[in-house]
Amino acid sequence: MLKRVHFRPSILPYLLVAPQVAITIIFFIWPASQALWQSMLVEDAFGLSSRFVWFDNFKALFADPTYLGAFQRTAFFSLMVAAISMSAALALAAMADRVIKGGKTYRTLLIWPYAVAPAVAGALWMFMFDPTIGIAANALKALGVDWNFRVNGNQAMALVILAASWKQISYNFLFFLAGMQAIPKSLIEAAAIDGAGPARRFWTIIFPLITPTTFFLLVMNVVYAFFDTFGIIHAVTKGGPAKATEILVYKVYNDGFVGLDLGGSAAQSVILMAIVIGLTVIQFRYIEKRVEY
Amino acid sequence: MIEKRPLANIISHTVLILGIFIVAFPIWITFVAASHDAVRMTQIPLPLLPGGHFWENLRYAFSRGVGNAREISVGMMLFNSLVMALMIAGGKIAISLLSAFAIVYFRFPFRMAFFWMIFITLMLPVEVRIIPTYKVVADLGMLDNYWGLSIPLIASATATFMFRQVFLTIPDEMLEAARIDGAGPMRFFWDILVPMSRTNIAALFVILFIYGWNQYLWPLLITTDKSMYTIVMGIKSMLEAAEEAPEWHLIMMSALLAMLPPVIVVVGMQKLFIRGLTETEK
Repeated sequence: MLKRVHFRPSILPYLLVAPQVAITIIFFIWPASQALWQSMLVEDAFGLSSRFVWFDNFKALFADPTYLGAFQRTAFFSLMVAAISMSAALALAAMADRVIKGGKTYRTLLIWPYAVAPAVAGALWMFMFDPTIGIAANALKALGVDWNFRVNGNQAMALVILAASWKQISYNFLFFLAGMQAIPKSLIEAAAIDGAGPARRFWTIIFPLITPTTFFLLVMNVVYAFFDTFGIIHAVTKGGPAKATEILVYKVYNDGFVGLDLGGSAAQSVILMAIVIGLTVIQFRYIEKRVEY
Repeated sequence: MIEKRPLANIISHTVLILGIFIVAFPIWITFVAASHDAVRMTQIPLPLLPGGHFWENLRYAFSRGVGNAREISVGMMLFNSLVMALMIAGGKIAISLLSAFAIVYFRFPFRMAFFWMIFITLMLPVEVRIIPTYKVVADLGMLDNYWGLSIPLIASATATFMFRQVFLTIPDEMLEAARIDGAGPMRFFWDILVPMSRTNIAALFVILFIYGWNQYLWPLLITTDKSMYTIVMGIKSMLEAAEEAPEWHLIMMSALLAMLPPVIVVVGMQKLFIRGLTETEK
């Protein structure tokens, strides 16, 4: 943590941490504590006075079917995104780990969706699936699917899941590939000598050995789906139609910034904070161990 | 490769090529749409091959705005995004280097308190504290300018941790030697620590540039003045207008321009990018 040899005490270290600490207090800790305070207040209809109500906002939230619905939707959304993008990435990484020729080229061609902003990714998928002119939408219509994600909630959900998964494949691919390449080749060779084919080797050796990577990616994908997909939802569906794609982060924004329900939105913020803290703890407690086989 | 299995190899390559095709298809469609004119973009089915209007659309995008973001040209939005991304990446690196230096090389009261305070920022993404943070920024008069776009985002626990890790691997003899030669703390920082962590700084810069460029919620909150729009949110307002009068060829041209800089950074600096990604997520 600290060097054995260090500099003489002076005022300098305080000056060095000052910028970071000042920004942390002003833009992180102060607003977060405000959210905490705000979550226990109720404002009157005109926003003139507010009353301290302890946990009433939270009680109201958990009694509110639309909030519980958003919770369920978020869970579904993030599990689907994690499942789709991780299984696609796992398959691609397993193949890229095998090939000798062109491995680098494949990697280059697979990693760049990481750099595309969520909102831009949303725009691309929205264009492909636009009910009137989208190429994919027309293909679906030719197959007899009545495609209109602006009206059909399930289709809207499918579209944002696809867009979010597409963007996350490169990230998962890189980590899976790194995990696979860290497995000692002698293990695989030994299995091959014993007569195990590629598929068998994958399921009995490679896949169990990358479990720590898989677990790490699961946490990171859930975090991604919870927080970083706001841009996709906002650009493509705005939580609609009829709240079919309203996930928690979008609801905080919509209730607070658009609906101006400050107490309710702050209570939602506090719940989200608890979720992030939980995920961070999981990440730090268990993921440190991910390289120890 | 352990044994010769031509069939398995063919399958591997096929799966990979198929994967690349799926991953690249949306981008291809974007590129194709950006190279046609407005008339062609209303005829079903849409083209799958590029047309001849690419440069014309490009010139249009750079000189004028599109849709709801008509007041500001795409060129200007790209400039705003660039300034914001550079300020965020540079700011994060600068303040994290300094605080990691203080925490590793000095013993002072509240050292651990500061460390944990920085750690907490990891748990407070902007998404969970939207309104109070907006209020603080509004009270400080930082709405609609570059400071407001970047400063609130530049505290960084991950970057501080990474530099701390890097500094801890630098041998103590470095500091002893520097002190014998009479170097003060800042001299040691500039002449030894910073040069020794050059690769880490570069790797982190790649990741943070992408992070900054792709910011969406934050600029959405604090910019109302259209001249401060960044390209990523600009595309969003173009889409809003698209519901009545789609100008898909121009929207897709803007989307193409919006993803170009970060994609170039990722592909061009692939080694640093992968290093940065694996180091910061540890």
